[in-house]
Amino acid sequence: MFKKFTKEDIHSRSNIKSSVQRGLKSKFLEQFPKLEPAIDNVIPKKSQVILIKCEDKISLYYVENEVVLFQHFDDLVPSLRTVHKYPDCFPKVQVDRGAIKFVMSGANVMCPGLTSAGAKLPEESLPKDSVVTIYAEGKENALAIGKLTMSTDDIKSINKGIGIELLHYLGDGLWKLVE
Amino acid sequence: MTEVVAREIIYCDICSFPPEYCEFGGTFKRCKDWLQANHLQLFEKLYSDDALAKATSTLSIEKEQQISRDLEKKQAKEEAKMERELQKKLASKIIIKRIERNRRKHVISISGLEVCNIDMKKLAKTFASKFATGASVTKNAEKKEEILVQGDVSDEAKEYIENLLQEKGLDEVKVEQIDDKKKKPKPTAP
Repeated sequence: MFKKFTKEDIHSRSNIKSSVQRGLKSKFLEQFPKLEPAIDNVIPKKSQVILIKCEDKISLYYVENEVVLFQHFDDLVPSLRTVHKYPDCFPKVQVDRGAIKFVMSGANVMCPGLTSAGAKLPEESLPKDSVVTIYAEGKENALAIGKLTMSTDDIKSINKGIGIELLHYLGDGLWKLVE
Repeated sequence: MTEVVAREIIYCDICSFPPEYCEFGGTFKRCKDWLQANHLQLFEKLYSDDALAKATSTLSIEKEQQISRDLEKKQAKEEAKMERELQKKLASKIIIKRIERNRRKHVISISGLEVCNIDMKKLAKTFASKFATGASVTKNAEKKEEILVQGDVSDEAKEYIENLLQEKGLDEVKVEQIDDKKKKPKPTAP
């Protein structure tokens, strides 16, 4: 999604109202219930969130000089820098070492990369379309964020084709977007 | 419920990734040097023989070699690309053009500022307040952005831009001043 993303794709930026900010926080929590103890650090109560609207109906939410999360249609997705700070608050999957190279150039994650020896899927099953953070074998930080295109049970049983649609990865346009 | 506090993450200064992913970036060698110089502890953790042995555990040796070969190729490519870009940057120049508007009034147009990698709008604003004139960002014929400043301030603007370049470490970039006189209207037929 952010493979080609530069400053030119930014259309407008505006401060959001505090009521909208509260709504945003509760929506974000709804999606990631585990985030609850950390939410006031992710988006401090007194902070001013800036909404940056971009090409292709992507909106970024910008808090204290960092993009904290972005929205694509109805999904709220944390940015990688946020994930690095609060790694335990988001569902995790792990890919094997062979997949790192491809993921970091923006490829979708294929099922075999999620089921092989070096990879890990969470024990509880995640439904289709949930947003997951992608880790790699032997690494401690997340390298990408994606959306499941099939439930984790299906990934295990079908084991073919695209398992995760990649949204945001290390080194993409959003990662490099520093202002 | 206890509060979860943000984890401190070290990011590589060179490629901006967490250091463990440097090997997948294009500038591995420089990243490694940087890490050794700045975070020795982490460097030892990541690049000691133990760690390297562990990293290759679940993949066959052949596959591992394949990956490292590919990465090497990519890195070489990336380095060449950066070199080229730097050359291009140094070769480019900033042009300050003085355009006569009518007799004694001039506007100056500054083009080629992309190398500085700064917000044109903000720069235009600083010019406007610095010289107490109007300044705007427009697109020129080649669809590149340029700054138009009302009034003949090309000398001062040149000085300012040179300072700016020095700050960014781009001393090599030349700033050129051009005088663009308005052509006289063609003499009409007698």
